[in-house]
Amino acid sequence: MSAPTLDVRGLAYAYPDGHQALHGVDLHVHPGERVALLGPNGAGKTTLVLHLNGILAAGAGEVFVSGMSVTKENLQEIRRRVGIVFQDPDDQLFLGTVRQDVAFGPANHGLKGEALQRRVMDALDRVGMADFADRPPHHLSFGQRRRVAVATVLAMEPEILVLDEPSSNLDPASRRELADIMRSLDVTVLMVTHDLPYALELCPRSVVLADGIVVADGATYDVLTDDALMRAHRLELPFGFDPRTIGSLPG
Amino acid sequence: MGAGHGHRLHFPGHSPIHRAEPQHKILVLVGFVLLVVATPREWFAAYLVHLALLGVVVAISRVPVGYLLKRLVVEIPFVVFALLMPFIALGPRIDVLGISVSEAGLLAGWGLLVKGTLGVLASLTLAATTEPADVLRGLERLRMPDLIVQIMGFMIRYLDVVSAELGRMMTAMRSRGCDPRRPRHWPVLGKTLGALFIRSYERGERIHLAMLSRGYTGKLPS
Repeated sequence: MSAPTLDVRGLAYAYPDGHQALHGVDLHVHPGERVALLGPNGAGKTTLVLHLNGILAAGAGEVFVSGMSVTKENLQEIRRRVGIVFQDPDDQLFLGTVRQDVAFGPANHGLKGEALQRRVMDALDRVGMADFADRPPHHLSFGQRRRVAVATVLAMEPEILVLDEPSSNLDPASRRELADIMRSLDVTVLMVTHDLPYALELCPRSVVLADGIVVADGATYDVLTDDALMRAHRLELPFGFDPRTIGSLPG
Repeated sequence: MGAGHGHRLHFPGHSPIHRAEPQHKILVLVGFVLLVVATPREWFAAYLVHLALLGVVVAISRVPVGYLLKRLVVEIPFVVFALLMPFIALGPRIDVLGISVSEAGLLAGWGLLVKGTLGVLASLTLAATTEPADVLRGLERLRMPDLIVQIMGFMIRYLDVVSAELGRMMTAMRSRGCDPRRPRHWPVLGKTLGALFIRSYERGERIHLAMLSRGYTGKLPS
């Protein structure tokens, strides 16, 4: 097995108000994998994500990204390696034009001029938004903004793409378009989601987080068809959806 | 919710005023406003000259006068105050149209009204002929501190987001039988604005997180 892109060891964290959100999480993601992080509301998923690029500092345990420990000294490089796409694109797109927003990350890491422009257009191309480079983000549709948010992170050429609820608030067509884009990208993905069909469609492997620990880690199909596990952790398949009746998966 | 392209105050065009460098326009605006404020309020004729100057600029810019006048409504609170001044000020009183008003108050009210209106009208002309992003660029070239320019940029970016949020909160209030326009419901409106402040504050924190996640270290790349 190759060295893991993401290696979380015994991670525990309590918020300043005393609420213990993580109780020793172990998680490995290997290069090229697409992994879904599932769990009910309040399971600690977002808290875990904020540790991956050092926004929150571990109470106990360690996080390594491609062998590099997440510590204060490495923060700038860690944040280039771990690209987080937040849930609300309006939080992520804060500059005047799509181009400036996509350039923000790589420019912070020292890319300039021609190389920067190439990187920006390449990232926009990969999400099919190259024609919108000079538009202000707040004039785009929600689905377009989500795609630009993905591009802002792709432009940093991260080793791992972390998406927080990528399918939330998308109409079915935008949801499928985003899935197509994700499949076309050749990057390691960790996807936090409540959208179980989406997890099944895109991620061969799923990890279930409940009450701050990993309670299941396996093939997404096996996780979703384990009725006892699903019931025990407030995971429910949408009405009419049964993984057992799906013949083959796209991609 | 649907703010169209460009900003609501901007009137697209290709006049010489539109094409002028933003920093020059800002300097002219500031100069003009200082001139208006410095003009003694008894020099009635001078204000005609100011108005004429402004009129010429507006004519060249081809922004319809009605477009600017409609946006003068922001000035209403000052107008109300200016109109009250002749009645509440002290000193010798004179009769105007059979109503006894304070002479000093009348003059002060006139001064406030004319200076305010000219200033707002001139600012509206700048806003109508210059995209917000260009105004920022102009300020940057005039050596406005980077941090202030950044804050103004964020304000422009999120004005629509926050006003859309307020719009949705108002709709939700109306849907539950509360009319924010009626004074009886103003306490609720106050609480709504408080909630909006908290929401905006939290959004600010989320934006900051998203910026840090992309390697922000305190300076926006130019």
